[in-house]
Order: sequence, then C-alpha cells, then structure tokens
Amino acid sequence: MKKNRLHKGQRVTAFDYILIIYFLFIIVTTIYPFLNVLAISLNDPIDTMRNVNFIIPRKFTLANYQYVFSKNNLLFPFLMSIARTVVGTVTGVICTAMVAYVLSRKDFYFNKLFTLLFIITMYVGGGLIPEYLLITRTLDMSNKFSVYIIPGLVGVFNIILIRSYIEGVSISLQEAAKIDGANDFIIWLKIIMPICKPVIATVALFGAVGQWNSFMDTYLYARNLSTLQYELYKIMESAKIKIDPHAANIEQVTRSVSPLSVRMAITIVATAPIVIVYPFLQKYFIGGITLGAVKD
Amino acid sequence: MKAKTKNEENYVKQKFSWKLMWKQRYLLCMSVPFVIWLIIFRYLPLWGWTMAFQDVKPKSFGLSIWEREFVGFANFAKAFSDHMFFPTMINTLCTSFLGLVLGTVSAIFFALMLNEMRFLKFKKVTQTISYLPHFVSWVIIASIAKMFLNDGGVLDTIFNTKLHLMSSNSPLFWVVVTAVNVWKEVGWDAIIYLSALAGIDQGLYEAAKVDGANRFQRMWHISLPGIKTTVTVIMIMSIGGILNVGMERQMLLSNAIVKDHAMVLSWFAYTRGIGNNDYGFGTAIGMFQSVVGIILLLIANKIAGLLGERKLI
Repeated sequence: MKKNRLHKGQRVTAFDYILIIYFLFIIVTTIYPFLNVLAISLNDPIDTMRNVNFIIPRKFTLANYQYVFSKNNLLFPFLMSIARTVVGTVTGVICTAMVAYVLSRKDFYFNKLFTLLFIITMYVGGGLIPEYLLITRTLDMSNKFSVYIIPGLVGVFNIILIRSYIEGVSISLQEAAKIDGANDFIIWLKIIMPICKPVIATVALFGAVGQWNSFMDTYLYARNLSTLQYELYKIMESAKIKIDPHAANIEQVTRSVSPLSVRMAITIVATAPIVIVYPFLQKYFIGGITLGAVKD
Repeated sequence: MKAKTKNEENYVKQKFSWKLMWKQRYLLCMSVPFVIWLIIFRYLPLWGWTMAFQDVKPKSFGLSIWEREFVGFANFAKAFSDHMFFPTMINTLCTSFLGLVLGTVSAIFFALMLNEMRFLKFKKVTQTISYLPHFVSWVIIASIAKMFLNDGGVLDTIFNTKLHLMSSNSPLFWVVVTAVNVWKEVGWDAIIYLSALAGIDQGLYEAAKVDGANRFQRMWHISLPGIKTTVTVIMIMSIGGILNVGMERQMLLSNAIVKDHAMVLSWFAYTRGIGNNDYGFGTAIGMFQSVVGIILLLIANKIAGLLGERKLI
C-alpha cells in the first residue's frame, strides 16, 4: 500500500504549513499541562502561589516530594498501588489466557455454551447497585485485598483477543505434543503460552495500566486499602469540604485551599509509571485494538 | 461471533458421554472455575434487577426474594417523579450529546489531518503524544484540569481574565466536562478512523488527482465517504450508551457550585441507592438506563439499515 508522503520534487503547500501549525497546537496542548504540573511539583510552594503558569521551576526544591513520602503517609498507598498492579495483572493474564485457550479448542464439549455465556456479559450487565450489594453484602469483600483482584479477574474482550490469536497460529504443534502424551494443561503452559507472548504482553500492559489507574473500586469497596489514586482524590476533596455554596465570595471558594504543590507532587508520582511503560504500550496497543475491532 | 476458523468443520458434533468428560478433564478444570466466577460476578447482578420491583432496604436485603415486599413499578414511579430526576436526565442527555458530537467530530478531524500529513516522522510523534492522556487516570486528569480551570488557575492567568469555568452554576459545566474529555480522548478515538482511512484504496486518490481534484475535494469525496461505515458502527454503539455517562468523571471534575449541572443518572442512582440506602430505587434507575440503552441501540441500528448503511446486529 502506498503511503501518503512527501515525495522528492513535490511542493510543500500552504496547507502543509497549516497542518504543521495544527499539529504543534495538538502537541503543546497535550504536553503543556503535564510540564506545568511537573514544574509546580518541583517549585517552592510559596513562590507557586504568586503565579501558577510556568513550565520551568522558578525556585527549585524537592521539598514537596520529601513531604509526600514522609509526613503524608503515602508509603502504604504507594505499596498498595504496586501490589494490586502486580498481583492483579499476573493473575488476570494467567486466568484470561487459560479461558481463551479452552474456548479456542473446538473439540471441547462445552465450547459453544461457555463462549456464549461469556459473550452475553459484554452486552448486558447488572449495573452499579446490584454489583455493589453483591460485593459488599453477599460476598462481604469490603476492605479486603481480594476486591481488587477477583471481581475483574477475567476480561471478556481480552479472552476474544487471545483466542483469535491462538486460532491464528497453527495447531499442528498441539497435535505433536499430544502424541508425546502431554495433557491439555501442559500443552497450554508449554506450547500455547510461549506462542502467545505478543498478545499476552498487550493484555498484561493494558491490565497493569487499568489496575494502576483504578479509582472507583477503592472509592466504593476498600477505602481502608487506599491507593495512590484514592489519596490524590482525598487531597482534592479536602479542599472541597470547606466550600460553602452560599459563600459571599465565590472566588475564594474555588481557589484550592489544599497545598497545591503537594497535590501536584502526588499527581506526578501517580503519572510517572504510566509514562515509563508508555513506549511499550505504544509498541503493542495499535495492533491490539485493531485486531479487536476486526474480530469482534 | 463472526470469526470462525477452518478447523471448526473438522470436528463433528460430539455426543455427551462420561468417557468424553474424562478425556477433557483438564479442559474442564481450566474453564469451569471461571464459568462459576462468571455466574457469580456477571449473572448474579442481573438477577439483582428483581430488586427494582421490590422495596429493598438494608434490613430486608438479607431476606430471600420471596420474603421481600413486591411493589410493582413503584420504584420507577418514585424515581420519575423525584424532583431531581428531570434535571439529572437533562444533564445526562446534554453531556452525552455534546460529548458524542464534539468527540466524534474532533476525532474524525484529527484522523483526517493525520492522514493528510506528509512528513511521516512528525506525524508519528504527534500521534504518539496525542494518546498519552488516554492512559492517565481520571483522578490525575481531574487534578490537572482543576488547576487549569479553577478561578485563578492557569487558563485565567493565560487569558488574564476571570473565565469562571468551574464556578458558575450554569450549563457551562457540560461544555467544560466535554472539553476535558475531548482533550483526553481525541488521539485515542482517532486511531480507529485512521485505520479505516488506511484501508481506502489509494488508487481512488490517484484517479481523483488525475481528474484534477484538489486536496480538499479528495478529502470530502474520497476520505469521508471511505470511513462512513466505521462512523456509522461507532455511532450506533455510542447511541446505545447515551444514558451511561460515567459517574467517576462527573464526580471528580465537579465541585459544590457546579454539582447541579454535573449530576448524571448513574451518580444519582448511587447517591440514592447506596447513599440513602434505598436499594430498590437505585436498581430501578440502573435498570431504566440499561433498558433504554438497548432500545436506543435497536432503533439506531434499524435507522442505519433504512438509510442503507451496514447494520451492526
């Protein structure tokens, strides 16, 4: 397929310049807020009060980060975020890949039935209140670590993704293993899993980002097992509590009462892992979502 | 499930036998636990819809379904006549509609521009940067957005005026939420359109060029019609979710002043259902959202079919 690119001898038109300006606008509007947050987090808090619009720290300091990691008791939430990301991703990937393999086996007696059961849940769900009651009342999972792992254990979309991948590779390897007397579990572990590395990487990365970013489950079910996201939310809320909607001076009300610099430092700590894994995400996700769009 | 492989035909439909079950014992062990998981976490909540027709309070939740008091459609009647329901519905529809229109238009526009970009390195860099915010959580986005939009925030400083983006109890908040959402998702949403654009036969462009069509004409007459199917499919799916404005985003971005215009159905269901311990009431609103969603999806699908577009279902 020929790509739309600038060939030798082609004229650069006015429209090309307009495009360049539009793209620069997109880049700046996307990046600027993050740079701004980074600069504030590295800037002296009192100096920040003067004017918040800058991307190079005026009075450099690491005090905000020191505060975040010492006084604010953020160590536990930080470790909790890491723990749920690691445990949640590993268990999620293993379980999803297992189901995907079984559902790729057309000779499995319950293949059609189980596939249907999984697919239906993509289109209808019980909604927030029944799920909340199931988890907090029926299963009594509030403030237990398992609430971060079990309810979202297997993703149906990911099952389809991995299954299509397995179906795409030849099954002769499986047959070969069968002759050697390997059982289905061994075939999955020793043959299917290594073949599926690229798609497993995609699912794992998406899963890890989802776990790290997750906020609602902490808010709804496990406020005692606070994560970084929830801490950031609390620090934003602490500014809100003091708000009186009938306050005479409305400007005073929305101006953040909380230490902005500390909030920005936490924002950076919570964003950093995403930016670090971003190049890997980049590498895998485009293939991932286009595959999903075609297959589903 | 359209994806069917050739292998499938090789397997004859098998009859149930214990011998077969024993032969497939590993496959059973590897799937049955997850089917049980599925039934508990995905199907039991559906069964919970029965609560919409019952008077369920924390006290009566422990009772079995037959012991609870059935109230018919009373929960729905109570929800629709609630003084908060109408404003909440308006907020939901307006936020959703604005998001659908502005989100789709800006994503298509961005994809078209990417497709037109002839400096490939620059195109790649821009695209890579554009979907970074998609991977950042709403809490972080809200934290950043508030610093920008609050009174005395960055935007006020840049324009050296008071924009009152987060401090006016007016429909302005719908626009603010939509703008933040577009900022976060435009790069990501453009991917699907961009891959549709990549699928257009390049010969069409060459032919148009020979016929003397300029770049705008080629975009209008080849690119846009070329992605019409993709746009239709995405529209149909979005229309089904028009009442499902997530409460996470609304809750995180709003404050006490703008809350009247931030309240959406799912949040309303939560505050009444869980906050006020009226489980039946909350479930009724949730069920209303789902049922309306399915009906809208079917209608949109039908209309797309009548207009000669590819149908989704």
